Amino acid sequence: MARIIVVTSGKGGVGKTTSSAAIGTGLALQGNKTVIVDFDIGLRNLDLIMGVERRVVYDFVNVINGEANLNQALIKDKRVEGLFILPASQTRDKDALTREGVEKILDELSQEFDYIICDSPAGIEQGALMALYFADEAIVVTNPEVSSVRDSDRILGILASKSRRAEQGLEPVKENLLLTRYCPERVERGDMLSVEDVKDILAIPLLGVIPESQAVLKASNLGEPVVLDQESDAGQAYLDAIFRLQGQSVDFRFLNTEKKGIFKRIFGG
Amino acid sequence: MSQTGIELKGSGFTLSVLHISTTDISVVREALANKIAQAPKFFEMAPIVANVESLKGDEVDFHTLKNALQSLNLVPVGVSGATDEQKLQAKAAGLAVMVAPKTNSTENQPQPTTVIERVEVPVIERVKVEVPVEVKVPEYIPAMQLKQNVRSGQQVYAKDTDLVIIGSVGNGGEVIADGSIHIYGALRGRAIAGAQGDSQAKIYCYNLQAELVSINGTYWTSEQLQKHGWQQAGCIELDGEQLSVKALTE
Ligand SMILES: Nc1ncnc2c1ncn2[C@@H]1O[C@H](COP(=O)(O)OP(=O)(O)O)[C@@H](O)[C@H]1O
Ligand SMILES: [Mg+2]
Repeated sequence: MARIIVVTSGKGGVGKTTSSAAIGTGLALQGNKTVIVDFDIGLRNLDLIMGVERRVVYDFVNVINGEANLNQALIKDKRVEGLFILPASQTRDKDALTREGVEKILDELSQEFDYIICDSPAGIEQGALMALYFADEAIVVTNPEVSSVRDSDRILGILASKSRRAEQGLEPVKENLLLTRYCPERVERGDMLSVEDVKDILAIPLLGVIPESQAVLKASNLGEPVVLDQESDAGQAYLDAIFRLQGQSVDFRFLNTEKKGIFKRIFGG
Repeated sequence: MSQTGIELKGSGFTLSVLHISTTDISVVREALANKIAQAPKFFEMAPIVANVESLKGDEVDFHTLKNALQSLNLVPVGVSGATDEQKLQAKAAGLAVMVAPKTNSTENQPQPTTVIERVEVPVIERVKVEVPVEVKVPEYIPAMQLKQNVRSGQQVYAKDTDLVIIGSVGNGGEVIADGSIHIYGALRGRAIAGAQGDSQAKIYCYNLQAELVSINGTYWTSEQLQKHGWQQAGCIELDGEQLSVKALTE
């Protein structure tokens, strides 16, 4: 049985798709059979970030409508063994996803995969609700600013009341905080909330802190998930988060302006 | 004690009840006189209630009854078991209308709001002395207790009771109670206590950063709160017309 993980936030442009691509790819790199499912119907861009946009033939909605089977729609990644992408449709509208249709596809994927990563659209409407409904676990992507934190709080409330686990009174969806686009300089200047501020407000376990990084922009232009750039700070921070997701305890990095952190690590200080 | 020199409180007293099964007051008086003769001390100036239930609405001359009782050195205080018509007549005669305790039927009622104890005191044979003690018990509704954060967009309402939250209330979250609200965490959203008109209701929280607090309709927004106990543990209460924030810890 697969672990179904939704990557969600409420707010748009905070790094959900970047994180879905990075975490899905990282899990596969570490030997887990993983599929990343794009729930952002009409605004697909997971395939761009994964660099598979030219290989999309069938999509999620085709499979729901019975116009293609799952194997026809799944795109196998050429770089990483055991990594697949289920792209979204560019042409359909958001209501194309039905609960029964989504459930059937997730059930089928669950037979084959270790992890199903659901890249949620922004907002709190149909598409976002569908992406989180069947989740066992949630990665709540948050930027260190007030409006993003507030939207994440909202999504946490929805996870606790509108998910399948909530509706059926099962064990609640496991919540993880992923703080992205973190910029220690701006935190010090007081322009941004600190890790502690955000943890304090949202009160859920911290999965990772991804620094604001040029490497992310570069990676998305190349169509290469940023974890594949293992020299980069963002790539390393995502890898740390992926270890934590699998239950390992890893120290947090990139939280301070002082570069000592990295040297300490290298020289074992 | 009260500054007005008086204080009004509910209380229960032991009263003798005279059950009347005839409208002929002279018959009643004679029978009663015989009883009193057996224990005159016990009945001297005793307050007494006349129960007319078994008359089933037959007209009673309450004036005459009252005079008859007084002539026997009793103090008639009221009437019980009366029909609506009899109640009017009893009041006209200067007698109080009492609520007769119901027999046996109370046991089957779920969650009684009035507890009626009925004690039979066999003072003298065949004079039935009932001691109805009515104790008003406020209906007890346990507080609503939540062990969770109330997130943005969520609303919690504790109807007819207090609300206890082990967790925080986020910006855009709303907690409402007809009683008081206790938050063992930060209050960043809205808290509305005494929602149905209780001015005594209070709001307690560990860390006050609320968007709005209200007690019985009197409210403060974060603008005012920032001048009163902001980011402190506090208790918000209604002092007359004004809200106030008191520190929870010194
Ligand atoms: N850690 C980061 N550093 C710099 N830019 C980032 C980072 N994470 C995301 N971005 C940028 O933010 C924008 C939105 O990211 P995306 O993953 O598409 O967000 P979402 O899916 O939540 O809408 C993109 O331009 C992406 O390159
Ligand atoms: Mg996206």
